[in-house]
Amino acid sequence: MKVSVKVNGTQYERDVEPRMLLSYFLREELGLTGTHVGCDSSSCGCCVVALDGDRAVKSCTMFAVMADGHEITTVEGLEQGAVLHPLQQGFWDQHGLQCGYCTPGMLMTSYALLKHNPDPSDTEIREAISGNLCRCTGYQNIVKAIRQEADVINAPQEKSA
Amino acid sequence: MFPASFDYRRARSIDEALGILSQYGGDARILAGGQSLIPAMRYRLARPAVLVDINPIDDLSYIIEDGDTLRIGARTRDSDLERWKALAGYPLIADAAVLVADPVVRQMGTIVGSLCHNDPAGDWPVVALTGRASLVVRGANGERTIPIDDFLVDSYATAVADGEMATEVRFPRPGPGSAGAYYKMERKVGDFATAAAGTRVTLAADGTIADAAIAIGAAGPKAMRVAAAEALLRGQKPSKEAVRAAADAARALADPTADNRGSAEYKKEMAAVLVERALLKTLERLGVGGLR
Amino acid sequence: MTTTDKPRHAIGLSMKRKEDPRFIRGRGRYVDDIVLPNMLHLALVHSPYPHARIKNIDSTAALAVPGVKAVLTGKDLEAAGLAWIPTFHGYDKQMVLAVGKVLYQYQEVAGVVAETREAAHDGAELVEVDYEPLDPVVDPFEARKDTIILRDDRENKTNHIYHWEVGAREETDKALAASDVHIKERIYFQRCHPAPLEPCGGIADMNPATGRLTIYMTSQAPHAHRTVVSLVTGIPEDKIHIISPDIGGGFGNKVPVYPGYVVAAVASVVLKVPVKWIETRTENLTTTGFARDYHMDVEIGADKDGKVTALKVGTVADHGAFDAAADPTKYPAGLFGIVTGSYDFPHAFTELDAYFTNKAPGGVAYRCSFRVTEASYAIERGMDLLAGRLGMDAVELRRRNFVGKDQFPYRSQLGFVYDSGDYHATLDKALEAIGYDTLRKEQAECRARGELMGIGISTFTEVVGAGPSKHFDIMGIKMFDSAEIRIHPTGSGIVRAGTRHQGQGHETTWAQIVAEELGLDPQNLIVEEGDTDTAPYGLGTYASRSTPVAGGALALASRKIREKARKIAAHVLEVAEDDVEWENYAFTVKGVPGKTITMKEVAFAAYTNPVPGTEPGLEATFYYDPPNMTFPNGAYIAVVSVDPETGETKVKRFVAVDDCGVVINPMIVEGQIHGGLTEGYAIAFMQEIRYDEGGNHMNTNFTEYLVPTAVETPVWETGSTVTPSPHHPIGAKGVGESPNVGSPAAFVNAVMDALSPLGITHLDMPLTREKVWRAIRDAKAAKAATA
Repeated sequence: MKVSVKVNGTQYERDVEPRMLLSYFLREELGLTGTHVGCDSSSCGCCVVALDGDRAVKSCTMFAVMADGHEITTVEGLEQGAVLHPLQQGFWDQHGLQCGYCTPGMLMTSYALLKHNPDPSDTEIREAISGNLCRCTGYQNIVKAIRQEADVINAPQEKSA
Repeated sequence: MFPASFDYRRARSIDEALGILSQYGGDARILAGGQSLIPAMRYRLARPAVLVDINPIDDLSYIIEDGDTLRIGARTRDSDLERWKALAGYPLIADAAVLVADPVVRQMGTIVGSLCHNDPAGDWPVVALTGRASLVVRGANGERTIPIDDFLVDSYATAVADGEMATEVRFPRPGPGSAGAYYKMERKVGDFATAAAGTRVTLAADGTIADAAIAIGAAGPKAMRVAAAEALLRGQKPSKEAVRAAADAARALADPTADNRGSAEYKKEMAAVLVERALLKTLERLGVGGLR
Repeated sequence: MTTTDKPRHAIGLSMKRKEDPRFIRGRGRYVDDIVLPNMLHLALVHSPYPHARIKNIDSTAALAVPGVKAVLTGKDLEAAGLAWIPTFHGYDKQMVLAVGKVLYQYQEVAGVVAETREAAHDGAELVEVDYEPLDPVVDPFEARKDTIILRDDRENKTNHIYHWEVGAREETDKALAASDVHIKERIYFQRCHPAPLEPCGGIADMNPATGRLTIYMTSQAPHAHRTVVSLVTGIPEDKIHIISPDIGGGFGNKVPVYPGYVVAAVASVVLKVPVKWIETRTENLTTTGFARDYHMDVEIGADKDGKVTALKVGTVADHGAFDAAADPTKYPAGLFGIVTGSYDFPHAFTELDAYFTNKAPGGVAYRCSFRVTEASYAIERGMDLLAGRLGMDAVELRRRNFVGKDQFPYRSQLGFVYDSGDYHATLDKALEAIGYDTLRKEQAECRARGELMGIGISTFTEVVGAGPSKHFDIMGIKMFDSAEIRIHPTGSGIVRAGTRHQGQGHETTWAQIVAEELGLDPQNLIVEEGDTDTAPYGLGTYASRSTPVAGGALALASRKIREKARKIAAHVLEVAEDDVEWENYAFTVKGVPGKTITMKEVAFAAYTNPVPGTEPGLEATFYYDPPNMTFPNGAYIAVVSVDPETGETKVKRFVAVDDCGVVINPMIVEGQIHGGLTEGYAIAFMQEIRYDEGGNHMNTNFTEYLVPTAVETPVWETGSTVTPSPHHPIGAKGVGESPNVGSPAAFVNAVMDALSPLGITHLDMPLTREKVWRAIRDAKAAKAATA
């Protein structure tokens, strides 16, 4: 089955079995191994990517063929050139990761969250990432990391001289 | 971990979907959000020969207040509902909208799909029963509207026949003097319910209960209306005793299965606790407090 | 002249992690990210029965699936002498692929190798295995009766694996009998599972051209794995190359050698191409090393003033089908002897009997410090039960019995020599942070209203840093660890260690240790672990041993470099060696202020102006055999409220004060505490691996084995005290497991405190809603009946 999908700004055409999961399509067909697989029951969120810019979806619970005609952003698509996305910077600054396995999914979920709710409370952040599991951090610094990014977005604009 | 092979068809319109369904009959399944179907396929518990993907049908994505009816299309995502600006007018639905699965699953999952899946511990069947919803089902022979009581047949079984697909769920708009609430007990976010209760109450001008709707989930093969509780409450003035009696009726009706979430005894008791709490919340929303 | 470098002081700084850039960009390199040319995929076939004879295995249908290249069974491995492999414990062995019978549900029975993962799974579904079911034994107390013998491969036909004891039995029994107060409770630490987010996996690549077997492996101990693979396969160790790349969490799950690795290796040898095995989450939860499963009878004796007189703990240990608990050889029950905890027991005795059952093998995992989690839970629950019996405040009882700060080094009755600690200070800090006295007042008010509020304390001392060669070995290999440091001409360097981090931050903290010793910039010290071709031999990362052991090696290797550098400095400055001192991270000359040379300048000289008659260059290796273990401690306080209608517990506050000696990077330590507390919370309230009476595994994926989300997880308040380890080269102790060691008791003690007005004294974990609800309901009914 043919699938045509734009991933991180690049258009791809591939021919795949319908049963190929989007997570494996990204990892193996396109070599974008930043998206991870952590479970087999759609519970862990390590595989989360952004669909059409602002929808966080579990790529293990989608077939690649469903992405035909759509746009996917993976963690590799967050940085612009060599410049980190402020979310990535936030995770680094706030020690929001340890083993790094849940991190891409956390980044993409919070990326989508902040598009809909640019100034979330800590409670709203915790609710938004409750589809993403982490075994290392206890979530506390992840919340701080997302909070840092939100503060960056919401910072009052510098007045020009 | 990996589904068995299947054939895949994209439908760009309802007619196209129906055409494919009639071609393959019982071998074909509708793929909407896939958040229930795909996990089942990955465990090979479901092995449809053909999947009909209706996600491309943009016409099925809508939330419309049409006179006295709220109409939600089959491709409306749970997250669309969650973000709908007028959701506050539907407290029963609003409560459930943030409790279904987890926030990421809700970006793809659909309320209509969930109703068609009819998991015994699912949230939307309880809400639909409480809200007296109905489903619009279309087939080669045309369209029919099925009241939710008739739509939910058994665990994972609904009144949708081979060759048909559900296109819309309809809720009557709650009138003035009407409010609802949905309570779910779950071990963690993303779990199926240990117990769930939906309640809706309409008060008459004299403050008595003109109408009540109560449903429980995770308490039997499918979500159930607690008709006895509804009858008990009609005509009554809201009171601690009336609420307690309704909860008792829920406990008596509940027939849950024991599993990791709890024994049958515990789940029965929690059905009663949640009905009580949901009723009290509903009444508080109607300005009737002091009953705790 | 000194150069104007950035500040060089590194220990104690919350440096941002050097390993993060690749992870936040999604450019980590985990085993499943690696693709080798012509690579095939392995999927395993599992037994649906917990106990059964294998009559026949028919691979015909599987082999007919397009893309399937081979099907391996136990019989094939038997021919290669690999049907059984020794377990890490050394006392037992385990089947790789079942031969003759299966001993637990999901046991591996065959392996299917195919061109794609999907084809391998399609093939695995079609392997037909003919079983003759046998009655399973799932209760270790039943296993003890030896009515059904599970292991017919063993010489002694019994389910009893071993007996272990330490301490003075008779004196302890006498002291208990003579005590004013004597509590006894059966305390069960339930079977659970570490469940890191990255499942286990490996790629075995037997390269016929080089004759070398390379295995990319989720391994917390790559050198030990290399040696074991060599011993088991007969392949010489130089021909084996283990690479442990980035690992997505270990927690002890990635210490054992699992059948999947061995089958992949055999398949690679047979098929002459790389073979990748990545387990599913279900396989992870049902077949890989479980944790805990100790039934402990805890007895504490005390005089009427609350001074403890004796401790006796008798344990029945459920090991599953094989004794695969990866304990040091002389410690079949790990470091359970720490069960005297923070208290000065004049008499103590503990014994343990281990049994086989029809369950998955394992036992030592999930941040347990080698069974310290079980011991700590037992003593902290025991002390609370004693406080209850005495009618004494839980804090007061502990204070009365703490090992005093002037009693160190403290030799416990069970043989450990605790290095240092100030338990009173750590506890006081926690009490102040939580506002203990105010909380007790608040609790009194809550109780007057009939509300269930609880405060739970856990003041644990644990033991880590395995370990001194006198006592510790894994399969004979002593538990030293190592560091190899090479400084480049321009003052940066490469640091290699025998440990293997899985998120603990070694790429940063090891650089900090070396930077501190050498006055270099930690940003310019690259840290490598995990490649057995290049890293010095070490025993890996688990049981919080890395900082105590490898950390020591890093400091001492650095000091070797500094000593050589001092000689080079003397040569460059043209002064006598004895006149050169290390001061303020540079070399200075006695009595000649202003005459200094930096380490960076010395590094350059090592290559351009070496001391005549000596080796040029600037590097050192150190293999560190620690003189003792280290003993971190902590004081944790949990505040909970329980909903009697539903049994739900809400954690209102949690304060954790940890003392892990000198802290290398406070930010990283705090992160470890957050993570470990979250695991302890999960264990206390929602995690259990349960088998029903038929031997069926009840928690096979993340919908039934529960990992808390950010919504359930409490907010953690952390603090620290510092009592350096007197024997450790930088005074550090290790901390990664402390939060999992100390927190379950804090949670349970808190819930029991909340329920104590109802007369409920003990409930086993997990404290699910139903369990608590039922206890409350039964207690109320009992009260009503006697009213």
